[in-house]
Amino acid sequence: MSVLATRNLTRHLHDGEVEFTLVEDVSVSFAEGEFAVITGPSGSGKSSLLYLLGLLDVPTSGDVLLDGESTARLPEDARAALRLRHFGFVFQFHFLLPELTVLDNVMLPMRQLARLDEAAMRSAARGVLAGLGMEDQARKLPSQLSGGQRQRVAVARALANQPRFILADEPTGSLDSRNSAAVFAMLQDLSRRGHTVIVVTHDADFAVRAGRRIKLVDGRQKPEVRIQKSEI
Amino acid sequence: MLPLSLDIALSHIRSRKRQALVSVLGVAIGVGFFIALSGMMNGFQDYYRTELIESNPHIVISDEYRTPALQPLEGAEKDAVLDIKRVLPRDPVRGLANAPRIMRALDLMPGVHYAPTLSGQLLLRRAGRDYAVSALGIAPLKEERASNLVRDMNQGSLAHLAAAADGVIIGAKLAEKMQAGIGDTLAVAARGGRATLRVVGIFKTGLEQLDAGRVYVNLTKQQAMQGRARIVNQIRIRLADIRQSIPMAEMLESRFGYKAAPWEETNSRILSVFVLQNFIIYSTLTAIMLVAGFGIYNIISTVVGEKARDIAIMRSIGLPAPAIVRMFLVQGLIVGTIGALAGCVMGYFMARGLAMVPAPGATEPGQTLRVLIQGWRFVLAGGIALLIAAWAAWLPARRAARTNPLNIIRGAT
Ligand SMILES: Nc1ncnc2c1ncn2[C@@H]1O[C@H](COP(=O)(O)OP(=O)(O)OP(=O)(O)O)[C@@H](O)[C@H]1O
Ligand SMILES: [Mg+2]
Repeated sequence: MSVLATRNLTRHLHDGEVEFTLVEDVSVSFAEGEFAVITGPSGSGKSSLLYLLGLLDVPTSGDVLLDGESTARLPEDARAALRLRHFGFVFQFHFLLPELTVLDNVMLPMRQLARLDEAAMRSAARGVLAGLGMEDQARKLPSQLSGGQRQRVAVARALANQPRFILADEPTGSLDSRNSAAVFAMLQDLSRRGHTVIVVTHDADFAVRAGRRIKLVDGRQKPEVRIQKSEI
Repeated sequence: MLPLSLDIALSHIRSRKRQALVSVLGVAIGVGFFIALSGMMNGFQDYYRTELIESNPHIVISDEYRTPALQPLEGAEKDAVLDIKRVLPRDPVRGLANAPRIMRALDLMPGVHYAPTLSGQLLLRRAGRDYAVSALGIAPLKEERASNLVRDMNQGSLAHLAAAADGVIIGAKLAEKMQAGIGDTLAVAARGGRATLRVVGIFKTGLEQLDAGRVYVNLTKQQAMQGRARIVNQIRIRLADIRQSIPMAEMLESRFGYKAAPWEETNSRILSVFVLQNFIIYSTLTAIMLVAGFGIYNIISTVVGEKARDIAIMRSIGLPAPAIVRMFLVQGLIVGTIGALAGCVMGYFMARGLAMVPAPGATEPGQTLRVLIQGWRFVLAGGIALLIAAWAAWLPARRAARTNPLNIIRGAT
């Protein structure tokens, strides 16, 4: 049963007279607990597709279905509420708030959702950090962490509200191979625990080890193939 | 735990302490000056107003009609065009025709003191010289409670006038010119014939015109000298409650028909100057606060620009646009609130300081500026400051909430 799907998803961008195609007629669907990667050459529309899947962007035509429900016509506030509740984003750069401690950064989505009381939020945030081996860094500011640590905090924040979908855009792009492997393992683990994980990546190893690969070229979807190392 | 938007707002302000402090100072100065200067201006007006109220009757009933009497023909045909010519004014003998009836009615009203007067010219003769003066016939014992004459008495008293049917109270300047003192007699020529008056009192108001040209005599004596027995042409009224002046005057006018002017009407010119003064001072002070608003606009704009990335992150996480607006609005309000509170303290001490400055043109020694320190001034100044702060923060906040977070996320990844 597909929990997240696109139907003829198309996104154009206007810059004055010129029209760019970011994503063209993409129809994919994801099942619960799936670990999928999106690959393709630079500029092929991978990030754009991810933003559309995560309800950050609005399609020009086509639709994104969440549990079979159309989202294309939802107002921004409704999409924001869905993002908060169901989606966790990890971007290539860590994107933490510099004034907040690690713990406060992780608690940010929880506080906005406001489903737990403060103590529960704190212990939940500590739990997520502990799961990523970051429990001793909770009181530090992002500027006091290494790149890999920051990325792990970003993952922790993406997990804060126990989202059903984790969307990551080249999460290992700024990391060395050891840290990349750690982040990748983490994401894989999440999918085993029932989160649907969709990762944009250039990393060959990732692509091979993922359950499924969606390939884009010029915003268009290539036929899905069984993944072989030589292809990447 | 603080609400999320407040928490982040505070972290933003903490990252720009110096600029925030300057903005706070701007607001504080605006609020402080507003409180102190408006208090001083209104204090001056208040002083002047009480002087006016104290030295003038609260209501004057005079022998005039507000609208000329209708010609009998005019009432007959409502919309007719009439051309009435050669109308001669009626009433050769002016005065309040039913003065005794009016006074009896006034006697029954609580909180009302009145004094009837008849004014008229007199020619005083002393040592072969004539002095034309304006004489007021008064009922001395009534006058005591309805005007300032008692306060202005230098020698003698109103009681002396009451006791002497041919007594006269003259101004200090006139006494000096005539070289007349208590007990001296003055020959008088008037419309009603010749008479002799004896000086029983001397007053001094400080106003040249009065001190040299005004005398007070008994009402009955004046009526006799003017040849207008039982006539009164003015009734001056003082009220226990000054705020009743306008409704009271309206009531008297509709009841007796004669024009009854409250002090607000008599002094309408000076009061309208006050209105203009207030308009100028309040708009100037509000403009100062508006400038303080620029400071807030500046800091919030800078923060919004600086935190564009953070805003994009928060939006992507799922904070809705209103939460972002709130976050920056709160920053403006924090700066505005601290500034307003500091301004209230500053305004209070400025007002206290101004209240120690000697008043220019003081009539009594040691008199200082009157500065009103009133709660509503603080509330008003603080309220205006907060409104301006909210507005100054809202403009950049709205811009922050409107920008598409994807523009920033796309650019960075
Ligand atoms: N703001 C923009 N204005 C014009 N064109 C844009 C804009 N943003 C993206 N594009 C174009 O849209 C296309 C898709 O961009 P996108 O970022 O989705 O590609 P990508 O596959 O993520 O690339 P990369 O691997 O380099 O991150 C590219 O051709 C890009 O040049
Ligand atoms: Mg990309």
